Amino acid sequence: MTAYLLKRLATAIATLVLASMVVFAVLEVLPGDPARLMLGMNAGADQVELLRDQMGLNAPLPWRYLHWAGGLLSLDFGRSYTYSVPVLDLVRERLAVSLPLALIALALSTIIAIPVGLFSAGRRGQAGDTLAMGVAQLGVAIPNFWFALMLIYVFAVWLRLVPAGGFPGWSAGVWPALKSLLLPAVALALPQAAILARVTRSALVEVLNEDYIRTARAKGLPYRAVLWRHALRNAMIPVLTILGLQFAFLLAGTIIIENVFYLPGLGRLVFQAITQRDLIVVESVVMLLVAAVIAVNLIVDLSYAIVDPRLRSRQ
Amino acid sequence: MSLLEIENLSLTIGDTPILKGMELSVASGEVMGLVGESGSGKSMTALTLMRLLPHAARATGRVSFDGIDILAASEDQMCALRGADIGMVFQEPMTALNPVKTIGEQVAEGIRWHTKATRADAEERARKMLDRVGLPEAEFPLSRYPHQLSGGQRQRVVIAIACALKPKLLIADEPTTALDVVLQAQILDLLRDLVAESRMGLLLISHDLAVVTEMADRITIVRHGEVMEAGDTARTLSAQLHPYTRQLAQASMHVPERARPHGAGQGQPLLEVEGVTRDYPGRRVSLFSRAPDIRAVDGVSLSMAPGQSVALVGRSGCGKSTLARMILALDRPSSGTIRFRGETITGRSEAELKPARRDMQVVFQDPYGSFDPRQKVEKLVAEPLHVLEKKLSRAERREMVAHALHEVGLDQRDLDKYPHEFSGGQRQRLSIARAIITRPKLVVADEPVSALDVSIRAQILDLFAELNRKLGIAYLFITHDLTVARAISDEVLVMHDGKIVERGKTSEVLDHPRSEAARALVAAAPDLRIAIARRLREQG
Amino acid sequence: MTLHMDISEETLGGILAKAFRNSAFVAGFAITMLILAMAIVSYFWTPYDVTKLVIADKTQAPSLAHWFGTDHFGRDILSMTMVGARNSIAVALVAVGIGMGIGVPLGAFAAARGGLVDEALMRINDLVFAFPALLSAIMITATFGPGAVNAIIAIGIFNIPVFARVARAGALAIWPREFILAARAAGKNSTQITVEHVLPNIATLLLVQGTIQFALAILAEAGLSYLGLGAQPPMPSWGRMLFDAQTRMVVAPWMAIFPGMAIVITVLGLNLLGDGIADILDPKSRRRR
Repeated sequence: MTAYLLKRLATAIATLVLASMVVFAVLEVLPGDPARLMLGMNAGADQVELLRDQMGLNAPLPWRYLHWAGGLLSLDFGRSYTYSVPVLDLVRERLAVSLPLALIALALSTIIAIPVGLFSAGRRGQAGDTLAMGVAQLGVAIPNFWFALMLIYVFAVWLRLVPAGGFPGWSAGVWPALKSLLLPAVALALPQAAILARVTRSALVEVLNEDYIRTARAKGLPYRAVLWRHALRNAMIPVLTILGLQFAFLLAGTIIIENVFYLPGLGRLVFQAITQRDLIVVESVVMLLVAAVIAVNLIVDLSYAIVDPRLRSRQ
Repeated sequence: MSLLEIENLSLTIGDTPILKGMELSVASGEVMGLVGESGSGKSMTALTLMRLLPHAARATGRVSFDGIDILAASEDQMCALRGADIGMVFQEPMTALNPVKTIGEQVAEGIRWHTKATRADAEERARKMLDRVGLPEAEFPLSRYPHQLSGGQRQRVVIAIACALKPKLLIADEPTTALDVVLQAQILDLLRDLVAESRMGLLLISHDLAVVTEMADRITIVRHGEVMEAGDTARTLSAQLHPYTRQLAQASMHVPERARPHGAGQGQPLLEVEGVTRDYPGRRVSLFSRAPDIRAVDGVSLSMAPGQSVALVGRSGCGKSTLARMILALDRPSSGTIRFRGETITGRSEAELKPARRDMQVVFQDPYGSFDPRQKVEKLVAEPLHVLEKKLSRAERREMVAHALHEVGLDQRDLDKYPHEFSGGQRQRLSIARAIITRPKLVVADEPVSALDVSIRAQILDLFAELNRKLGIAYLFITHDLTVARAISDEVLVMHDGKIVERGKTSEVLDHPRSEAARALVAAAPDLRIAIARRLREQG
Repeated sequence: MTLHMDISEETLGGILAKAFRNSAFVAGFAITMLILAMAIVSYFWTPYDVTKLVIADKTQAPSLAHWFGTDHFGRDILSMTMVGARNSIAVALVAVGIGMGIGVPLGAFAAARGGLVDEALMRINDLVFAFPALLSAIMITATFGPGAVNAIIAIGIFNIPVFARVARAGALAIWPREFILAARAAGKNSTQITVEHVLPNIATLLLVQGTIQFALAILAEAGLSYLGLGAQPPMPSWGRMLFDAQTRMVVAPWMAIFPGMAIVITVLGLNLLGDGIADILDPKSRRRR
């Protein structure tokens, strides 16, 4: 067990370090000089050079990497060129929008998908199964930003139940803030729920063909009891895998969805920072998102060990 | 009035008829043996009794168990019967247990479900049951998971689940087929004792006539879903009135005619194995330490003469397959040397091995898995021709494959078929054709007939004997089945825990085993002739 | 009853006969062909010229003259949707091609070699997977400039580890089988075995994954061009059309509805096709029913 945990942890840290090098290297080759961007086109060459020195842009590459990585570790992300505020403050502010959005979406997707998967697997081949999986098939095909537009049209433009976009801030009260996150969360969650429901069903169906399901049936357990007591836990591994992947997908999805709904979140921040060449913001946010993905994958790996005793005793 | 009575039971799945007018009865305390080859519908009979058939199945006729009409019972009634009054044991112990639940949970589950007992009570009963099937608490606490148990131990857990509530009827569907002979004997003993203890009826389903003869009071022989013959075991099998019964019995005891191969056992040794050891790295127990290495093969030495037929026998996990792979240069020994035709083959590169590969071929156990399903016979059988020095033209190659097919009793028209178009026995013929196409001096055959029905098995053994006679090929048979060893080999090597513990002439070793391992094997191996004789003696 | 039916063992004729009885396959195949035909026809003929702006006809609702209505420049939405299909399919096809062409050999090689090579390749895979694909695609297109070619590269790169992983997993399931052992006993080396036995046996798996990735690539391309990072105007693309539609939702909802439906139908068709192929060729799924 400990060997398994340690190995996963070591892999996660190694991946994180490698990822930080990649991010740093990629952004190094980005065209555009941040010092010139800050000073504007009219600044003289010596002024630019001076600022480059001050910003440490003229130091050797490895030193700059270490300086940057060290900064990340001590939560000193530097200052944004365009906003002229510490990146940490920016990130903290935007995270207050994006994190609740991603979490609500993830929860929504799980709450919808797993019961639907169970329902379908329990009625394999019957009308209910066909219908549920037909809807899921359609759901998988819908791009979330188009779905978002349709939701806006129906619920904001037509029924006027929720705002069409924007975010009042948590200071405006929890309910108004939540209300403006509702449509974006649904738009993010439903296509993901469709995928997860299909995976849940097929994992269950696969497990239901196993010999031990027959053993359980031979004990006198009814079909539904077997589904819950024996099949569900064995089917969790593929479901957990997809959940982990979906987290990364949801994070990326926020970039588009926040643009659709004009939400001041991380996704919109990073998108704007890329177009404005605000390197330091891009680096920090990308690293944050990558670290989140790696952390979630680590959690998924650990939950495998909880679900499956075979992993606990293996390396 | 019997406990279980099946009358005129017919079953179809989709449009395929599976059972046609099946008749069977089991009384309390009686062991009924249901025997048939693959496709005879014997497993489907068991699933019909449990009403665990696939959705597309339709059953007609009458099945009455303890006064209950099984085919008309509601699903709730069936749930009440299953696990409480009817228990079932399956063939494959490795997959029959839920890998994420402890054995305690799995045995107690049925008890709790049926008796509404508290968790503690149910666990106590589960504990007693596990003790009873030979899994004592000290070694096998309830908190063990299936993956921590061996196949034989897992089968004991499955039996504990099936017998936890003292059912009136136990159905055992090939309960020992996946186990080696020694484990088989232990599990059969356990089943026999459980039946005697609680006067349950046992429906024992098996393809193995010898096993059923040892166990069953009465026997029902089925073929293609129809009963061929039924009656008292000893009388039915000694009289062999029905032609199919006779055919089965004779095939089970079949010994191919084997002329003394000329020059066998003389001249330069064909194969010499000297002090070969194979270690596998132990399991990693933490990041920095491993369990000690596992020694699969331990200092084995042996030699074989040209044309000789040698059987390597032993229990599963004794290292015989690992040894075979090293001889075939598919695995490297940790130490020791293997010489083939006087040349060392250990540590050689694949290119250097080419000449040796030409003279050394292999036949595997599984006639389904040993062919690439995406290639045609011509290409599959021709695969070893690749090691020939001469580059063959397409026509030459086709000619050689056609000839090899002819030699194993297949037709030239089979050249353009895919492997799935053949039956199991035919595929094993293809396997042999592939092995002999380069005219090798040695064929290593790993359990070549154990996946086949007895009548097919007899034919394949005949083919091996014929090719030995005609082509002078030496065989190394890897087998756990002493009947096969007796039928086909001149000499026997007995392997135990990675070592060769006994070697000698086949009849001597099998009739008068000296080592403990060999004695255990011989004692456990079911033998139809002996079993019939014993039954007759017991009945006077 | 055979235990070893993991791999389909059928002839082409049998497979085709089965294919046309499989409703998912038939529906998926029909939809995919329809979209493909639409894209091809658009090269020769569209109802209206998509490059000509007719301000007088702007934001007209669907009518007999303009089945899908017109956009804010008076362009015919049906014609734009047809030309957009061309762009979507081209980007997705090349991106999946890149992913397969590089990923499959890598995965098969890792499985054949095992050990350190395998470990290293899989760690690189993990690394790529750690970057949310869309985020990285945005970074790539923003770095090297927006446009269809850079969108293809960005999407293609993220298909490589997917195919590498699938190919490796499939190959690892094939390697321990007895027919591979038989091939080794016949003196074949690992490259020959990979080409002759492993790849043909995982082809189905790759084909199914290919349709899934194709569908995902179409979604990704739509997302990128919605953000303005895909094909550039005046080349119509479905994502860009949706971007233009967003601010005009109230006055011209059809501007959003039709390109969106085009994406949904295309992706649905591809997914159905993939499901159908998996159903027909994978006996495991057949046994399920």
